[in-house]
Amino acid sequence: MSKYAAAQKQAEPAVLQPTPQPKDDFQEELVVRPLHSGDIYASFQFRTLWETDFMRGNKVSHYRLFPKSLGQVISKFSVRELHISFTQGYWRTMQWGQPYLPSPPGAELWVWFQDSVTDVDATWKELTNVLSGIFCASLNFIDSTNTVQPSASFKPLGIGNVTDHRFLRYATLPREIVCTENLTPWKKLLPCGSKAGLAVLLKSEKLFHSSFHSQAVHIRPVCQDWQCKTTSWELRQTLNVVFDLHNSGQGKREWSLFKMFSRTLTEACPLASSSKIYIDITDNPEQFELSPATSLLSQAMVLGDRRTFSVYDLTQQDTFGSVRSLNLLIRWKSTEGDMLRPLLHAERYVAGYGLQTGEIHTLMYNHHPYRSFPVLLLDSVPWYLRLYIHTLTVTSKGKDNKPSYIHYQPSKDRVRPHLLEMLVQLPPNSVTEVTVQFERALLKWTEYTPDPNHGFYVGSSVISSLVPSTVAMDTNSTRERPLFSSFFPCKEESSYFVRVYTEPLLVNLPTPDFSMPYNVICLTCTVVAVGYGSLYNLLTRSFQIEEPSPGLAKRIANVIRKMRGVPPL
Amino acid sequence: MKTHVLFNLFATFLLADGLNIEDSAGQFFSSGHTNNWAVLVCTSRFWFNYRHVANTLSVYRSVKRLGIPDSHIVLMLADDMACNHRNPKPATVFSHKNMELNVYGDDVEVDYRGYEVTVENFLRVLTGRLPPSTPRSKRLLSDDRSNILIYLTGHGGNGFLKFQDSEEISNVELADAFEQMWQKRRYNELLFIIDTCQGASMYERFYSPNLMALASSQVGEDSLSHQPDLAIGVHLMDRYTFYLLEFLEDIHPASKANMNDLFKVCPKSQCVSTPGHRTDLFLRDPGSVLITDFFGSVRKVEITTEAIDLTDPIKEVEERPANGDVHKEMHSYVDQLPVSEIIHQNGKLCATSTNKMSLCCFHGDVSECEMQLPRGLGVEGPP
Repeated sequence: MSKYAAAQKQAEPAVLQPTPQPKDDFQEELVVRPLHSGDIYASFQFRTLWETDFMRGNKVSHYRLFPKSLGQVISKFSVRELHISFTQGYWRTMQWGQPYLPSPPGAELWVWFQDSVTDVDATWKELTNVLSGIFCASLNFIDSTNTVQPSASFKPLGIGNVTDHRFLRYATLPREIVCTENLTPWKKLLPCGSKAGLAVLLKSEKLFHSSFHSQAVHIRPVCQDWQCKTTSWELRQTLNVVFDLHNSGQGKREWSLFKMFSRTLTEACPLASSSKIYIDITDNPEQFELSPATSLLSQAMVLGDRRTFSVYDLTQQDTFGSVRSLNLLIRWKSTEGDMLRPLLHAERYVAGYGLQTGEIHTLMYNHHPYRSFPVLLLDSVPWYLRLYIHTLTVTSKGKDNKPSYIHYQPSKDRVRPHLLEMLVQLPPNSVTEVTVQFERALLKWTEYTPDPNHGFYVGSSVISSLVPSTVAMDTNSTRERPLFSSFFPCKEESSYFVRVYTEPLLVNLPTPDFSMPYNVICLTCTVVAVGYGSLYNLLTRSFQIEEPSPGLAKRIANVIRKMRGVPPL
Repeated sequence: MKTHVLFNLFATFLLADGLNIEDSAGQFFSSGHTNNWAVLVCTSRFWFNYRHVANTLSVYRSVKRLGIPDSHIVLMLADDMACNHRNPKPATVFSHKNMELNVYGDDVEVDYRGYEVTVENFLRVLTGRLPPSTPRSKRLLSDDRSNILIYLTGHGGNGFLKFQDSEEISNVELADAFEQMWQKRRYNELLFIIDTCQGASMYERFYSPNLMALASSQVGEDSLSHQPDLAIGVHLMDRYTFYLLEFLEDIHPASKANMNDLFKVCPKSQCVSTPGHRTDLFLRDPGSVLITDFFGSVRKVEITTEAIDLTDPIKEVEERPANGDVHKEMHSYVDQLPVSEIIHQNGKLCATSTNKMSLCCFHGDVSECEMQLPRGLGVEGPP
């Protein structure tokens, strides 16, 4: 089509028209952070910015870098923000630190709708069905029994003035499996697919042989410039993976792109305006050596800390050297050094015994030596665990800690789950424990899954918090910053926003014996056969005396005796 | 004179060749279908049924290789073997021991997975009676000129096939579903392959026209598995599908192999069970039906001599930003954790809440909360 436009322009007389500025932009980046335990954390981010308006009258029809399937979803369902993530594995905060983009195990979907939507629940149901087709996942299992409407958590991450929580829906599927069939459509949304640029590294056999794998899609409106009068749509596709030292690294503290992904890089995506690799070299630069060496260094304020990165720019031809391929090598020289303890950490477990009652314990750790900060805890418990809210206790350092805000919505059997949101102030250097007792319900026999003895999952708790930071955070949102540091908007310099997910719980519900009908039939038939049969035989059998037939030797002897004329034996 | 003879010979040769081309063109249009669909179902759950998933994926692989696109394949896998935590090589499903062939591949799209593979969903896919919000990738959008391949594998018995260890589909239900498809004109010809124990019982009850069926074993026989892999620890494939995969690996999109070759796959010496087939409902002679009529996707082209007028090229409408026309307000990012706003949110929340049972938020004063609870509605204690 551009050829025709160019031909048209040439046919016109000498009035020269300026070529329109491209309204969409694509950036890709990879951040590699070596972890203290010898593992390595790689985070891919692909961002497409597009200045367009999905909500106006005429439908958008010309898609260039922005994928059409997602654009149609946004305009058809009047979506303001969409965040969906698929995760395999659990993020170990105490060993690995904080991730750049947190996500809970399984699938998580939260959506802010525009305020023009009249029936949010019906739109939500249709949206989950459409997304299940796009991402090849069982998102159609999201219904009213696992959807909640948080009242204070999950504020929009994009720009906007309206924050009426009636338009927010949040759901998790902790049982959802992530495998190549989810990665394939995710890769197809990228402008270069998996053919060029950083996406060539995404090979499923290596990515799923890892301790942690998370892929996500985030769509939100962002400011276009510092004035923030016009908005553009931002699509971020992120993929976080942690490779284990022993599983993928064969025990050697030496990582390279080839060892991690079984591929090396040969070119940047031609459609990308920027394509960079950042290696985190803050932790004691003498501890490991990095090759090929690069002179580009960059500093960024991320996760409350000032980190230094070595930068490899893939749009420059000399990054690839004479062999035309880039294979970064990170080799450890010493294994000393402690990791900075993350300031906020959370755990959750089920206590109790038996199949009738139990207790959910959520522990939140504040490792800051002298500052306390507030956290917002969101708990969504399925209806078949009946929570007794009068047993809810929040204790810190052995004393009662009253939350300054509680929102509790009780469950309704087979309709709605429990929703508990609390704003708790965590004292410095302490553990805060939230406990609540529950009772397990007996489901109808058709409601059990085909493998009920595996157990039933309870989704992760979400803990959102503004954690005090050691360095002043950058609040200027439009300056050129690497993608990994610009995901959560920063409003004040002294703290940064962090979201921590706990483990999902696996609880056993009282399960009926599904083989019971068969066993009952066998038992009844056996009893009838043995009992009635014996009685019948006793009553109707008559006994007759019968001479047993003599053995062979005796018979021959009798024949000889008969011949001799002697009486038989 | 010699050149004349040579020229005549050359002309007759060309004529004969021309007749050949017409012949093959005629054969090209003889089958009567214009598109191909495939419905591949694995009905077994749990790690020790790895071989059923490998069976389905090997047929998926062959079908994709011979040309049917993902949009025309409905793949249903009842459990995840590739990313199962017991799999020593994640994201792979092998069909040959010593891990020779990864049938899972890098480009797989599973439409129904896990708990979604139920008898109800399977029958709804076949008959097309799905809820309106079902996405296209989960629908069988076939028409009356579609050739459909249906492949089922799992554990079965005389007259039934077990779905996920909790429900069964009977051969009568299956035959009725095919009759519904016939009456709704949802297929042109249908090939049904089943690899379970006593598989031949599943096609005994068919009564709709244009159905051809193959099974891996007769009634009273068990279908056996092929070989275990000691590293993975389970049997990798069933015998019938293993030899079927070997047969299909030799087929390419232009191949002329026909159904009679398919009936010979896996004789009793290799399979231990006796594979069976049923062709009495099929109108064409199986010897004239190509394998690629069902396993491949040879698109038929209809040549037309009409002229079509193309419209003028569309010019992109330039949006002119209205300068100074609309007073745009400044947007800003929302505060992620507005503590004071949350604490003072309680009044608004309780007043607008339509659900009388939701407890209110409090400033730390419990008494205020109790006043707002409706009388008589205490929170339950343990029995």
